[in-house]
Amino acid sequence: MMRIRTIEISVGAFLVAGALALVFLVVRVSGINPAAGAETYTLHARFDEIAGLSMRAKVSMAGVTIGRVTAIEIDSEYGEAIVSMAIDKRIDNLSVDAGARIQTEGILGGRYVSIVLGAEDEYLVDGDTITETQGAFVLENLIGELVTRMGN
Amino acid sequence: MLRFLRLVGQRGLDVLASFGRAGILLFLSLWHVPGRREWSLYVKQVYQLGVMSMGIIVLSAFSIGAVLTLQFYTQLARFGAQDSIGLGLALVLLRELGPVVTGLLFAGRAGSAVTAEIGLMKATDQLSSMEMMGVDPLHRIVAPRLWAGFLCLPLLAMIFSAVAIWGGSVVGIDWLGIDDGQFWAGMQEGVEIGTDVGKGVVKCVVFGVVVSWISVYQGYDCVPTSEGISAATTNSVVYSSIAVLALDFLMTLVMYGEFK
Repeated sequence: MMRIRTIEISVGAFLVAGALALVFLVVRVSGINPAAGAETYTLHARFDEIAGLSMRAKVSMAGVTIGRVTAIEIDSEYGEAIVSMAIDKRIDNLSVDAGARIQTEGILGGRYVSIVLGAEDEYLVDGDTITETQGAFVLENLIGELVTRMGN
Repeated sequence: MLRFLRLVGQRGLDVLASFGRAGILLFLSLWHVPGRREWSLYVKQVYQLGVMSMGIIVLSAFSIGAVLTLQFYTQLARFGAQDSIGLGLALVLLRELGPVVTGLLFAGRAGSAVTAEIGLMKATDQLSSMEMMGVDPLHRIVAPRLWAGFLCLPLLAMIFSAVAIWGGSVVGIDWLGIDDGQFWAGMQEGVEIGTDVGKGVVKCVVFGVVVSWISVYQGYDCVPTSEGISAATTNSVVYSSIAVLALDFLMTLVMYGEFK
């Protein structure tokens, strides 16, 4: 009888350990914060060059993450990229002349979208498009330009 | 030439027949709701397959986590990128090494034991005497082992990944002096719950089913002699390992591959 009890207890401990391991992986490793609700609204922005911006890239303001890139499409008529972003609902004061810029983390880091506040009183709402944009800075283009100029 | 063809055909039919027998075995064993009295059999198998595998899982997880961190460090420190060790470690473990190594260890530690046990029961006519007493060995012997395997492998893999990341953090943060915050923040920044943790769990579940199924089937279908049991045990480990590796490749291709 005692033996069966030991087995049951250790099996119970095993199941708990497995569940705890999963919780550890979810909370500590993937850093899910249950408090941060998925309350977001969508904004679009057109860029002439996105150079390696990827889905789920950060959208940040003053270096603080306020959203994620949710979709990247191409407008083949104008040769522009349309980037859709899910922005935290709490950031609801982005004015209609707010700017979006694609920047790089560090010199070789990943690309992210940086939002700069504007001055207008009217605010962007769900589905709006940011018009003041600046595409990605492509190092190769700059080097190419430099080489051509030095040639002259 | 004709003999060769006949041999190939014969082998092919044999393989097909054993797939069929394995399928029937799986169906008949799982087509059964365990009664209250049988519950303790399941608990006992979880103990045998899961709890008893903890030792090797925890030990190998810790050493794999530690070694991975050391290797990442020596390479990444050359570019000053040692801060992304945490992310690399977590991704490698959650996506590939956790499920695969656990699958292989489980096949070696628990699968072989199941095969040998069932094989010996068959060789010593325990299975047929059970049938004689009106107890279906599929329900009493095979089903608890299958279900226990289905349950234990994913749990062990979760424990494996968690322990390995902990082992990596011990080596990386405490010995090599990687920044604590960077290690965890890099991990949390890059690891996605669905694509990394979720798909890892899917892999574990698939491996759990396949490894338990192969082990049980090899035991149940073995030639009831001492050579037969030893061959079945070897086959069980070999087939399980091949299945785990091949399925891992296929699943990685589908889950993370470029064609969507």
